[in-house]
Amino acid sequence: MRSFLTMLGIIIGVASVIILVSIVNGYMSSVVESFSSMGVNRISVRLTNLSSRSVDVDEMYSFYDEHKDLFAQMSPSVSVSAVVKKGEDSLDYTSVGGYSEEYLDIMGYELESGRNISYADIAARNKVCVVGYYVASELFGGPQEALNQTVKVNGYAFTIVGVAERQDEDELEEGGTDDFLWMPYSIATKLSRSADITSYTFATITTDNTDTCKTEIENYLYEVYKDEDLYDVTANSELLDSLNEQIAMMSGMLGGIAGISLLVAGVGVMNIMLVSVTERTREIGIRKSLGAKRGTIMQQFVIEAAVTSSIGGIIGIILGAIVTQVAGNLIGITATPTPVAVIISFSVSVGIGLIFGYMPANRAAKLNPIDALRSD
Amino acid sequence: MAEPLIELKDIYKIYHMGDEEVRANDGITLTIYKGEFVAIVGKSGSGKSTLMNIIGALDVPTEGSYYLGGEDVSDMSDDQLAVIRNKMIGFIFQQYNLLPKLNLLENVELPLLYAGVGREERRERAMESLEKVGLKEKWRNMPNQLSGGQQQRVSIARALAGDPSLILADEPTGALDSRTSREVLDFLKKINEEGNTIVMITHDNSIAVEAKRVVRIYDGKINFDGDVKDYAAIL
Repeated sequence: MRSFLTMLGIIIGVASVIILVSIVNGYMSSVVESFSSMGVNRISVRLTNLSSRSVDVDEMYSFYDEHKDLFAQMSPSVSVSAVVKKGEDSLDYTSVGGYSEEYLDIMGYELESGRNISYADIAARNKVCVVGYYVASELFGGPQEALNQTVKVNGYAFTIVGVAERQDEDELEEGGTDDFLWMPYSIATKLSRSADITSYTFATITTDNTDTCKTEIENYLYEVYKDEDLYDVTANSELLDSLNEQIAMMSGMLGGIAGISLLVAGVGVMNIMLVSVTERTREIGIRKSLGAKRGTIMQQFVIEAAVTSSIGGIIGIILGAIVTQVAGNLIGITATPTPVAVIISFSVSVGIGLIFGYMPANRAAKLNPIDALRSD
Repeated sequence: MAEPLIELKDIYKIYHMGDEEVRANDGITLTIYKGEFVAIVGKSGSGKSTLMNIIGALDVPTEGSYYLGGEDVSDMSDDQLAVIRNKMIGFIFQQYNLLPKLNLLENVELPLLYAGVGREERRERAMESLEKVGLKEKWRNMPNQLSGGQQQRVSIARALAGDPSLILADEPTGALDSRTSREVLDFLKKINEEGNTIVMITHDNSIAVEAKRVVRIYDGKINFDGDVKDYAAIL
């Protein structure tokens, strides 16, 4: 009973370390996930091309081709200020732009109907476009109806070849995420009356190395421009990084608080072990009279403390894992105990058992057998 | 005569209680030979317990020398004394001093465990020892399931298990009724006849006369040392 109470301290300590760290981690990964859907793997590049120093589309593509190990997709982006018209109907706030065939993947959109812009469209400067769900339903009444219809953009007739899946489930609104028109970037340069493409979007393969990817782009651009003011590289993940930092700090803080409870548990172990030594003075005396050396007695008590706290640690891990799962489900995140939290809290609990068990054990070992035998 | 097992020369044990000096043992010289059965008798406070602690290698004298089986024990360290106790001495206590959480076999095994005897041999020897005291069948029992006399027999078995040179019995019958006391004393006589050296500490003259030789302690000094017949005569 008493050793169970001792263990309880360790159990609560270990479990709370695991629960707190795991839930914070689970929360963090769910935040990261929701940020990923917002494009944390995207890096946008803006250039100022001079007549002497410039990077054109082909050069950017060859850079991209050389770094297929880092980047999953890349697209030039040419924004066009234009009004989309169908007969008398016009959409004033539609975001119109020219991109490559990979832009759909960069954005992570799926098509509701039709096809994507193809490389052939870009090469041939076809006047085709992919429109958002809002455009299709506003002008034609639906994604199927919009296919192969024609809209006018700044007076040029574009054939709608594809309609993107609805992005905003709540409402379709003017200027919203579903209000866009994408055309091949090659034709967009014509509409914007500038052959100079100054904006690109890269998508990295993983979000783990966006820093490396960003540096890679910057190095390349610096070689060309020799002036950092002529280009600007922004990774969407930078926002996430600072968020991650904050979460890590919070996680460390909570872990620290839980760690204090482990320390308190350690004091509990010491207290119980001291009581145990006092109570078992006679036993120690008997053992010593039978020939137990100091080391043997010491060992016995230290092992006892270590076993008590390891069992407590294991129960704590199991309890922590269960509570983490349950709490994770309640909050609605996937929280799994991290191996690091498990290993650290377990070794801390065993360590505490050893450290706090040492003093009482030492006291037991030094008992004089005569006094020990005389005690009741 | 046989070779000496215990040789005490001018043993002093002096305690300081405040300013007062207590001479628990005040120059004791005593030789005990192998195969003897000696009773050390004295009133409480006479210094017989102090002498027992020194003979039992539980304590070291302030002054004087103590040879046990030819080895100088008088200024050994704690751990060295532990080895001596383990190898040379089998204790029988008034309160039996069995470990309540261990069964009989485990209790009897303890000295062998500390001597580093392997598991198999440990078991075998402990069983043999339990058989000698007639409790082999009960080896699984816990001490508190036995009567006082049986518990004392287990402690005798434990004392014998390590095959020590000396059996040191501290008031072995102190907690027993007269019938079981008789049993235990007969048993001690029996193992003495088998060649074991026994030193028994008691305050009770009627117990002391069961031994072959009696040493009486008074005020920290020996004031009688001789054959039990001579001792019985002066009582």
